[in-house]
Amino acid sequence: MKELIARLKKQFKITDEVYQKPDQTYITVPQEQAVALVTHLRDYEGFNHLVLLTAVDWIEENLFQLIYLLNNNDFKADLGVRVMIDRHEATMTSIHHLWKAAATYQRELKEMFGIDFPGSPRVDEPFILEGWDNIPPYRRDFDTKKYSEETYFPRPGRTTHDPAEYMKKKLYPED
Amino acid sequence: MSDASIYRDKFPQKNPDGTNQIDLENGKFIKIWQGPNHPGITGNMSLELVIQGDEVMECKTHVGYLHRGFEKLMERRRFIQCFPICVRIAVPEPDFNEYCLSATFEELAGIEIPEAAQWMRTLLLEMARLQSFLMWIGGQAGSFGMGVIGQWSNYARDLVLDRFEEITGGRIYHMHMTPGGVRGLAPEGFEKRMEENLVEIEMIMKDIQTTMFENAVFKKRSIGLGYIDPSWVYDYGITGPNARAAGIPKDVRKDYSYLKYTELDFEVITGKDSDAYTRADLRRREIHSSIDLIRQILAKMPKSGEYMAKVPNVLHWKIPKGETYVRSECTRGEFGYYTVTDGSGYPRRINVRGPSYTHAVALMEKLAVDCNIADTAGLMVSLHTYPPEIER
Repeated sequence: MKELIARLKKQFKITDEVYQKPDQTYITVPQEQAVALVTHLRDYEGFNHLVLLTAVDWIEENLFQLIYLLNNNDFKADLGVRVMIDRHEATMTSIHHLWKAAATYQRELKEMFGIDFPGSPRVDEPFILEGWDNIPPYRRDFDTKKYSEETYFPRPGRTTHDPAEYMKKKLYPED
Repeated sequence: MSDASIYRDKFPQKNPDGTNQIDLENGKFIKIWQGPNHPGITGNMSLELVIQGDEVMECKTHVGYLHRGFEKLMERRRFIQCFPICVRIAVPEPDFNEYCLSATFEELAGIEIPEAAQWMRTLLLEMARLQSFLMWIGGQAGSFGMGVIGQWSNYARDLVLDRFEEITGGRIYHMHMTPGGVRGLAPEGFEKRMEENLVEIEMIMKDIQTTMFENAVFKKRSIGLGYIDPSWVYDYGITGPNARAAGIPKDVRKDYSYLKYTELDFEVITGKDSDAYTRADLRRREIHSSIDLIRQILAKMPKSGEYMAKVPNVLHWKIPKGETYVRSECTRGEFGYYTVTDGSGYPRRINVRGPSYTHAVALMEKLAVDCNIADTAGLMVSLHTYPPEIER
């Protein structure tokens, strides 16, 4: 894996590398090089299986982390390509031309995180939510508890326990 | 739509990308919805079909009827509180969720689990595979009009659920694997009762083999249906039996050897023809492989010993910053959890990679085109999809 990263470093600007497991590595690349790197990995390094494409919201740093997790089944290795993109201008180049399955991931990311992938098939159609007019729900600043309190009526006769307190009483009564 | 030939031809003209040219106004096409409440749909999802005669011309998958926001809910809960949620992501086989989530937290927190717990987890995963395939085989037979096979196979599945109940106390949701190990080992006499059940299941499988796989109706309807070309496997992200039926030997148990699979003797089962019949037959062989694996596990696993590693107070448990992806081979393919932690007492992000995500959306939309409308249900079941893992 280290040889591969050394090879990639000659062509791409890899800023951060984490060797999580012997067969799993994570690297960070700038936004403009990401699709080129992913294409290179697919075509020349045998990482032809897109395991998943998802995002992590780092709201404190005003960034979205996109992760392209690629797998090489010949060498049994995973490579996670991380891309940091600006939270306010969340747009990324689409990879639907590389993998047919990627369009679904991108459609979900548009809906759940508000990250746009111009040109991706049916990216503007709702995937899971219907008639949603709030902020994209998987962003950190979307408060699920507040939303459900505002949207759904309270049911009389239902008691709510604070989960932490309740579990403490059940699991560690002597504390 | 200016081309007049579209009105004369029996079948519509093709677009440059291979899709059919459809004009809902010209009276040749009908749009119908299969689902969300329909016996020919696996779970709560729907297919928006455009048909001409009885052939499907266009298919769009619609999900969202089951969305409960599991990934988001888990971000607001302590690590231990994620477990009652995660099992709901794939209802007929919740154990793969438990395993992936436990293994993720253990890896990020640096916890080693005891030997007996590893064997127990392997046993539970194989039992989950067996019961899920048994339920599936009933669904596949039912979708081609053979209702009685579902009754036999669900009886066989119930036998496995009895053994689950014996170990874990639960039949469907077990929640037996927690970070650090498992909640207990098998009770006295479990092997004997399991063996009796396995013998009975093998007898039922023999009947199913004769009545289903050698049945002319089933063969005629499933052979050639839903052909998956081996070249699509990586393009569409196809894994599990759907990929193996196309002759691609991808099996996470063999390739990444988690838990105790290295110590067990089994072959990666592959098929050749890659149609609905091959996939059904492959899953039938998987049932026998699973039965064999359960026997091997029961013979090798320790009967007593430490089964839980020391875990910090779960109410104050903080996992250092990190990220990892843990995968396992579930009945439908590669099932994995990608988890990011930020050093706090809550996960930053948990993303579930369910195999149905690619099988039921991109692949199903492609395979359903030019298929007879009566076969869409059988096609969908032959891909073995569960909607909750698409929308999480």
